[in-house]
Amino acid sequence: MLEGKKTAILGDRDGIPGPDMSNKLKIVHYLNQFFGQIGGEDKAGIPPRREDGPIGPGAALNNSLGEDAEIVNTIICGDTFFNENLEESKSEIKKMLKAINPDLLIAGPAFNAGRYGVACGTVAEIAKTELGIDVVSGIYPENPGYEMFKQYAYFVETSDSAAGMRSAIPDMIKIVKSYIDKNGELGSPEEEGYMPRGIRKNIFAEERGAARAIKMMLKKLEGEDFETEYPMPVFDRVDPVDPIKDMPKTKVALVTSGGIVPKGNPDHIESSSASKYGEYSLEGVMDLDEENYETAHGGYDPVCANKDADRVLPVDVMRDLEKEGVIGELHNKFYTTVGNGTSVANAKAYAQEIAENLLADGVQAVILTST
Amino acid sequence: MVKEIERAGIPVVHVATVVPISMTVGANRIVPAVAIPHPLGQPDLGETEEKQLRKDIVEKALIALQTDINEQTVFSDDKE
Repeated sequence: MLEGKKTAILGDRDGIPGPDMSNKLKIVHYLNQFFGQIGGEDKAGIPPRREDGPIGPGAALNNSLGEDAEIVNTIICGDTFFNENLEESKSEIKKMLKAINPDLLIAGPAFNAGRYGVACGTVAEIAKTELGIDVVSGIYPENPGYEMFKQYAYFVETSDSAAGMRSAIPDMIKIVKSYIDKNGELGSPEEEGYMPRGIRKNIFAEERGAARAIKMMLKKLEGEDFETEYPMPVFDRVDPVDPIKDMPKTKVALVTSGGIVPKGNPDHIESSSASKYGEYSLEGVMDLDEENYETAHGGYDPVCANKDADRVLPVDVMRDLEKEGVIGELHNKFYTTVGNGTSVANAKAYAQEIAENLLADGVQAVILTST
Repeated sequence: MVKEIERAGIPVVHVATVVPISMTVGANRIVPAVAIPHPLGQPDLGETEEKQLRKDIVEKALIALQTDINEQTVFSDDKE
């Protein structure tokens, strides 16, 4: 597929015409509204658009790629638009990719931005499965976009925030250069520096399987390190708990990752990578109003939630249902944190503590809302 | 977070806008929400309609909590 892509890059000496642009590796770059330099959360609702040439981090990528490759177009879409209008975004971006017909797609890097990671992964899936275009991207391993879409792109591992751009860009360039050098036939994740895609490939090994297996077993028996050829996937699933039998007698609690806090954010829960969670009383609170509640979340446009926090944490409706006898009672405390780039380990630790408190308070069911 | 609460033995329903993420993190009972900045609201609607919409979603969440399931289940409109 890439045959001949490199050959026409020579020249430009002694009056010989310069490189034929059309024979460079043609790259399209996918970015969100922020890295696409359109704006912050207030612009997260913009639909996909196509721009000429590289933008934002694309400029650094393009410069380092030199004469081997060129970012011909940048596709930008708002993260909220993408995730809320998935089918429309997919078909629109597919149309754009088809029209440009690139040799390679670069997406992101998305770091630990959840919506952006899912967008990059989805675009990679379209490019790879529907158009046969290979994809290079960068992502933080805990970003759900990696787990969901790892088989569709060569994802380099990045740090959890854009502060890691400086190392993400060279890592991605390394993959692209190797991709060009090897005519699109990249080696294993360890060799090339991308994260495992969960894809098995047939290769010729020096030793036959039986010999390799015995060697591994001997190492295992000796308690030495060995590298398996078939790592088992890690599934961390919890079996569903039995349903509630008698809702009118059930104490229900509200928990959110949407960052709803009393006005002024008394515990200073961070707007991203939250280092704590909050526990706040709902004693006598019938409705979350603008004067007393707001969101601390920095990963979505806060206007709607600040105006009426019930839109994230439905206290008003729960009070009505309590009055109507549909539920036994609403637990008089709610728990909240900001699920924005927060590490899985932290979220897990907060939830374990929250669960202990809920159990101690006799809570029998939980509604957890996420933005 | 949903997983740890469920692990503690409390049935939990995840009201989430981006359902695929909810699936990936391992929520068992999932109710799709409206939009990322307002999962249980719709600022375009009048106050009464918006509250009714929120009530519908919460009621769906309560139904999910009362439903016996064996695997991850999305309680979307076509099911109820």
